[in-house]
Amino acid sequence: MRFVSYFLNDYLTVVPETLVGNPELKLVPFGELPELESQPLNSSYDYDEKLQQILYGKMLLFDELHIPLEIIHEHYENGFVMYNKGVKKNKYGWQCNRCNNEKDHLFASFSCFRCKSEKCVYCRNCIMMGRVSMCTPLLSWTGPEVEQIEENQLVWEGELSAGQKTASDRFVEQVGKSGELLIWAVCGAGKTEVLFHGIEKALKLGLRVCIATPRTDVVLELAPRLKKAFPTTLIASYYGGSDERETPAQLVLSTTHQLYRFKQAFNLMIVDEVDAFPYSYDKTLQHAVSTSTRTDALRLYLSATPSRKMKKEVTQNKLPCVKIPIRFHGFPLPVPKIVWSGEWKKRLEKGKLPPAFLRWVKSQAASERRAMIFVPSVTIIDHVTQFIRKQVEVTVDSVHAEDPLRKEKVVRFRQGDIQLLVTTTILERGVTVPFLDVAIFGTDHEVFSESALVQMAGRAGRSKNDHDGQVLFFHYGKSLSMLSAIKHIREMNKEAGF
Amino acid sequence: MSYCLFCHQSYSETWSWAALFGLNAEPLLCQSCSAKLELIKGEICRICGRSFSLFPEQYRQGDFCYDCIRWEEDEEWTGVLQQNRSLYVYNDFLKEVIAKIKYRGDAELFKAFSPVMTSTFKSFTRSALLVPIPLSEERQYERGFNQAEIFAQSLTRNVYPLLKRVTHEEKQSKKTRKDRMAKKNNPFLITDEDSIKNKSILLIDDVYTTGSTLRYAAKVLKDAGADQISSITLAR
Repeated sequence: MRFVSYFLNDYLTVVPETLVGNPELKLVPFGELPELESQPLNSSYDYDEKLQQILYGKMLLFDELHIPLEIIHEHYENGFVMYNKGVKKNKYGWQCNRCNNEKDHLFASFSCFRCKSEKCVYCRNCIMMGRVSMCTPLLSWTGPEVEQIEENQLVWEGELSAGQKTASDRFVEQVGKSGELLIWAVCGAGKTEVLFHGIEKALKLGLRVCIATPRTDVVLELAPRLKKAFPTTLIASYYGGSDERETPAQLVLSTTHQLYRFKQAFNLMIVDEVDAFPYSYDKTLQHAVSTSTRTDALRLYLSATPSRKMKKEVTQNKLPCVKIPIRFHGFPLPVPKIVWSGEWKKRLEKGKLPPAFLRWVKSQAASERRAMIFVPSVTIIDHVTQFIRKQVEVTVDSVHAEDPLRKEKVVRFRQGDIQLLVTTTILERGVTVPFLDVAIFGTDHEVFSESALVQMAGRAGRSKNDHDGQVLFFHYGKSLSMLSAIKHIREMNKEAGF
Repeated sequence: MSYCLFCHQSYSETWSWAALFGLNAEPLLCQSCSAKLELIKGEICRICGRSFSLFPEQYRQGDFCYDCIRWEEDEEWTGVLQQNRSLYVYNDFLKEVIAKIKYRGDAELFKAFSPVMTSTFKSFTRSALLVPIPLSEERQYERGFNQAEIFAQSLTRNVYPLLKRVTHEEKQSKKTRKDRMAKKNNPFLITDEDSIKNKSILLIDDVYTTGSTLRYAAKVLKDAGADQISSITLAR
């Protein structure tokens, strides 16, 4: 976009091209303007509450607000809205002001029809949320805060296990203070319930709360549970394609990617599965978590398998941590059994399954229990599935990350229409199916890290009525990850007093 | 090491003598993304350039597809668009790529296709005036660029924006074929009539779907005295 700029009472003021009446005024691309300051606040201005609710605590593009330009600009003139740089130049190169991307290969330029510049630079990292370029201002709210007037009441009546209670109490104690806290809870400890009392306290203090998770599935699963537990609280979910983005919510559920849109918005930030990809890997997502929270906020991390770095910070007393070593049903974690299955790669190439694995599939089929079979790569998924189908009479299907029927297949597996589900590491987290055994095919493969194996083993024995599911590591030579995973599980059980 | 223009993953190029001496054009997509592109090969419809192997035999008559025969049977449209040639099949992957370019505004992605396009269509672009299919003023402002223009510019330096789109109508992608064929008022205008008299014109667009956009553009050019009009698109 282009703007006309001029001085008004010593303040640099700008007007967008389309609102300028006089065609003789000089138009300047937004990127060439100096960094703007907000206009003095006109407290008698009758501002639009809807705009306030949508924009407060965020940075959005004009295109994301379905409000006419002249209304937004009027808010700018009265000091309620700020025009911030979208893409700016720093010492080292370009920087996106929304996602904080600084990687050279994720910037490009094009001949822009809006600002008429031959090289309008834009960010390719967060382009799925709408293009941020040099000439697109990012809008922020500089007027009064949104007041939360709703009564917040927790109506959940479940009981916490002893382990859950310890963690919950610690969390409640921290709410209202700033800093960090890690809740290190085994798979199946019941993390969501641990959050309830702390969130309730925060909401009652009038704090704004966000739960961020790497995956959309989790947002979708968590939203109804939270809405049930906090029926009077305004709750909004943010994920690619969600339609609740205009709700002025005090409690926000979001994928980590959507946090790019928030700035200085939350007093309590809960990061779920803090060790999971892509959060652990993508620096811009970690940055999103820190810019979307206020400086005095409390950050709570949840994980069953914290990274080595986090564990180190815990032992050095840099990161406060509370552990839940025991599952909510009070039974120990199933310890994986390792089963030698020979050179499984070669066997597959010959069109056969390793005998030990085949024997297990047959006994599993006869037992009529469900099982998840994890394989190391997408390429062998079909082979394993076909060979099982050929040799054993059992309902078997496969699912991988790009499978268009992924959701349906998981549902069918849950309902029991599929007895054996062959999959890659995509289902290592989050899926909870009672009466389930777990087998890992080719466990020695390098893709299976310690945390991946602990997570996969954690799928078994989740229900009170079936706490002793089987976990089998089929391998061709024990790997370090396998041994560390087993040690990890044993130690957790020991800590829980078994 | 390079980064894939589409999925942003880093990848290493396959080793070859040509690559070592810098003789190959640098590949811009990783192997797994480029493997998802399907070049149009084998027998194609003589007019619209679609691959015969991808649709039922009963829609084919000789060298033509049934769609083109329907257009050609209509007197008003006979011979208006001489021929169209497209590079890739408009499959799910390419749909995703083009949507990212057009609706998210990632103009840079076009670069992934320009080396192949330039070499494939060299013989076409040499002897004709390249005219990109325009967007309406409003849509171009909304998008910030015209994808057909960027695409034409990647093929040759001499691009002639001789057409203008007047009405800001509903997006083509939201209409059915019948709607598109029934369109009464041609949305295109010519900006400079003199420069097209007796010339061969090569229209450039991103996708050939039903062929009506290209035919409407061809029609105004033909009526204004252009000699032959053909077109190339990225996807068909």
